[in-house]
Amino acid sequence: MNVPDDLLYTETHEWIRREGDNVRVGITDHAQSELTDVVYVELPKMDRQLNAKESIAVVESVKAASDIYAPVKGTVVEVNKALEADPGLINREPYGQGWIFVLKIDNADDLKQLKDATAYRKQIG
Amino acid sequence: MRVGAKIVPFGGWLMPVRYTGILEEHHSVRNNVGIFDISHMGQLIVGNLAAAGWLNTMLTNNIDKLEVGQGQYTFLLNERGGIIDDLIVYRIGEQKFLLVVNAARTDEDFAWLNRHLPAVEAVAAATAREIRIDNRSADFGGVAIQGPRVAELFHALFGEDIDLPPRNHIVELGFDGTNVSVARTGYTGEDGVEVFFRAQDAAEFWNAALDKGKPFGIKPCGLGARDTLRLEVCYPLNGSDFSPERNPIEAGLGFFVDLTKPNFVGRKALMKTKENGSAEKLAAFRMEGKGPPPRPHYSIFRNGERIGEVTSGTLSPSLNYGIGMAYVSAPHAKIGTRIDIEIRGQKFPAIIEKKPLYKKS
Repeated sequence: MNVPDDLLYTETHEWIRREGDNVRVGITDHAQSELTDVVYVELPKMDRQLNAKESIAVVESVKAASDIYAPVKGTVVEVNKALEADPGLINREPYGQGWIFVLKIDNADDLKQLKDATAYRKQIG
Repeated sequence: MRVGAKIVPFGGWLMPVRYTGILEEHHSVRNNVGIFDISHMGQLIVGNLAAAGWLNTMLTNNIDKLEVGQGQYTFLLNERGGIIDDLIVYRIGEQKFLLVVNAARTDEDFAWLNRHLPAVEAVAAATAREIRIDNRSADFGGVAIQGPRVAELFHALFGEDIDLPPRNHIVELGFDGTNVSVARTGYTGEDGVEVFFRAQDAAEFWNAALDKGKPFGIKPCGLGARDTLRLEVCYPLNGSDFSPERNPIEAGLGFFVDLTKPNFVGRKALMKTKENGSAEKLAAFRMEGKGPPPRPHYSIFRNGERIGEVTSGTLSPSLNYGIGMAYVSAPHAKIGTRIDIEIRGQKFPAIIEKKPLYKKS
């Protein structure tokens, strides 16, 4: 399973890429492979303010709907509209074109709560 | 497990929900051929002397219509007409029957049938004793091989000069030194067979079918694809679309109930339903426009009024839109009725459609 070293991770299988004051968020390769074919993504509303671990989006496979959580406190500043037409991007490029949303973070210190690649690798075994 | 399957518990069994991916497996069955492990299904054998007459009082369809080697879809009902199980009964001898039942209901079906054996006082004592019900589920393994290329694979497995049994018939055939039963049945809407063999031969048969199926594009398929395939053709699933509180008339399956039979368990209740009409009906629907796939237990509305609940739902891999089945109040079950499905607090438009939702072009 691909777990890039330069990203942060949550226990709930989101990945986080720091981009200045923002973080880009998607679901991990491990998560997409467990979900299998993603057929629908409910994107977050723009400008929505969220607390860490608050449910923010829904990724649906043929079999089930899964909640996606905000990794840290912040405000939604960008959503990946491409997923509306092609939700399979999440399966094909989980760390690239399959990103889901961008949060403007409240406090950069919150990122310290997240897992690094080594810790996440350990979690998924 | 060696093929990288994702395993889930189902009806007391550990079953693969998918091997490679539900969509890929689904399309392989619609376009080529797929193989499903159906070893979890239950097999009950009912036999001896008065078996036919008695079994006809336990099941809704008429087994007098079956010649030896022929099967039919039928229901086992409770006294209220509610569905305990749906099953296929095969006549495998003049007075001998094979019942292929749902995994999760096998023990219940077995117990129910045993409880309803004719009382010794009611009939000649010899007759009562002679009806035997055997639960052979643990002795048999099974696979379903389904898809337009099934005939080619059948011949590759059993020989070019061996005939496929006709639809709904079962035959015994030799395979690698043992006998297996092959029925021309399935749960996908495609041509197909279901093969039953001794449990210890399961791995060998599975591997042989995968090997011989390679030239035809065979894929091992899990419960996920089984569910999307059956739902596209509106085959109901017990536990989702049926329950002991639902009867075959509401489910729109009166075709498999012979009310002209003088007596069977549940008949009185069904006659009443037939007379009064059922309050709700199991309808098929499709989503209109882009939206999340429908799922079981989502509420259904019409003009703001709640009129029913989804029992099965998915994104249809063949049609590429959301489909499902739902019990809706009878006046709203008409084809073409516009409904709304509530998903996470938001309403999405859908329309009641004719069954089956998917038809081979």
